[in-house]
Amino acid sequence: MIEIKELTKRFGPMTAVANLSLHVAKGEVLGFLGPNGAGKSTTMKMVTGFLAPDAGTVTVCGHDIEADTTKAQALIGYLPEGAPAYGDMTARQFLSFIAEVRGFKGADAKARVAAVVEKTELVPVLEQPIETLSKGFKRRVGLAQAILHDPPVLIMDEPTDGLDPNQKHAVRGLIHDMAAEKAIIVSTHLLEEVEAICTRAVIIDRGTIVADGTPAELLARSRYHNAVTLTLSKDEIEGAVAKLKTLAMVAQVERKNFGDAVRLTAFPKSGALLIEAVSALAARENWTVKELYAEPGRLDEVFRAITTSDAARVKAARK
Amino acid sequence: MNALTRYVWPIFKREFAGYFATPLAYVFIVIFLFTMGAFTFYVGHFYENGIADLSVFFAYHPWLYLFLVPAISMRLWADERRSGTMELLLTLPVPLWATVVGKYLAAWAFTGIALALTFPIWLTVNFLGQPDNGVILASYIGSFLVAGGYLAIGACISATTNNQVIAFVVSVVVCFLFTVSGSPLVLDVFRVWAPDALTEAIASFSFVTHFTAITQGVLDLRDLVFFFSLITLFLAANIVVVDLKKGG
Repeated sequence: MIEIKELTKRFGPMTAVANLSLHVAKGEVLGFLGPNGAGKSTTMKMVTGFLAPDAGTVTVCGHDIEADTTKAQALIGYLPEGAPAYGDMTARQFLSFIAEVRGFKGADAKARVAAVVEKTELVPVLEQPIETLSKGFKRRVGLAQAILHDPPVLIMDEPTDGLDPNQKHAVRGLIHDMAAEKAIIVSTHLLEEVEAICTRAVIIDRGTIVADGTPAELLARSRYHNAVTLTLSKDEIEGAVAKLKTLAMVAQVERKNFGDAVRLTAFPKSGALLIEAVSALAARENWTVKELYAEPGRLDEVFRAITTSDAARVKAARK
Repeated sequence: MNALTRYVWPIFKREFAGYFATPLAYVFIVIFLFTMGAFTFYVGHFYENGIADLSVFFAYHPWLYLFLVPAISMRLWADERRSGTMELLLTLPVPLWATVVGKYLAAWAFTGIALALTFPIWLTVNFLGQPDNGVILASYIGSFLVAGGYLAIGACISATTNNQVIAFVVSVVVCFLFTVSGSPLVLDVFRVWAPDALTEAIASFSFVTHFTAITQGVLDLRDLVFFFSLITLFLAANIVVVDLKKGG
């Protein structure tokens, strides 16, 4: 449904997006990740027809965004970064305006607004000017305008930014419920969000894709993938470390003290499953185990490993 | 026609309602009416002249618009750019020309309302004597066109910046040049070296010259063509500027 081909955008000497290609199908929720300034927002702005690319094409449901802008935009729901809205309008006026611009009239428009207000739980603030709303409500107004016309393509730039945990949960539920019928791109900084709602994660760095796979595939890249963590009391530690190292599949053991207990993490050789061997060992040795669990992998660690930090970028620029 | 109701109308409606959602509209209208009155009665000596016409009233319009119209046009695009709603507005399925025209027409309609609210002076002059109401009507149309011309210039300039103060100041200066381009202040600069044809062409851009012609009571086609082509030109430039400067 969304076809991005060799998209490039430069701002002066800086290349924000470089030769980026991506295909998003119906039913996919694509988590768009990357450090600040990696080109996430710029890419979304080009996909929605706000910015013109320097090279490359974007097609939305068969409509080229540059040649056929209005038709393509009619099929997109877009929540821009920061969820901008006209502050002096009330939520109802604003959503009615969006409905009218999107071609809904009279009772149809009213029904659309009512449905979307229900979905995003905006009822209590409907008659308040948007500039007086809290951050969470503002974000939901932005979300409401994006899904008002039930678009086949939904693009959201940090939809849960500034929401409290309950609101985040509600928004994720909303996205999840719509996912089957739409192609969705969500940019985010929150890695737990990717695990919660995305069927696919794409990490971009300095304008190019550096990783593309399911969240599980990305987790598998983590050093912690299939590692086993167990917490023991201090006096058992030395013996336990030595015993763990005797297991054939264990590559390395790390320890971390807290209080009078110690947490050991055993890392496997090339993704081997350790948990059974370790739990059997613990039972055999009669350790007083306080915690024992297998790590699925840590997304933040994968993220850090494959993207460059701002500091590294500044260093590279100096050279 | 279809595109007008489908695209331009919703944009127009929102923008127009936006003026009245804040004190802006009321403050503007009050100041507009007050200064119009002040100039007519105290500077133009409306009563002392003892003539039943509105020429002194209309004579000051281009000069008042010079400051009041940029005050309206400055926020037209600069505000959208600063608050980020520009991105929302331009990713809605509305052709860019319709957005530009809709916003412009809303601002123009608003100045039209302010102008229409000067009607008491028309009642006054009819009460005091027998003025030529045809001339007054033509003058009102002329005044509305002058406001439209300034607005188109101001809208285009507003699209180049996200700073309303810059938009205001630059608009005033550019509008000023269009206002005085028929006067020696501007023409003498060119007369020394430029061919007469160019000097005359510059003189023909003067709002005052065209407006004065209309306030004589003659709605000459040439004057109408001048204002409408100037508005069209600046709206076209507005579209280009918005398109080019989207990336900020």
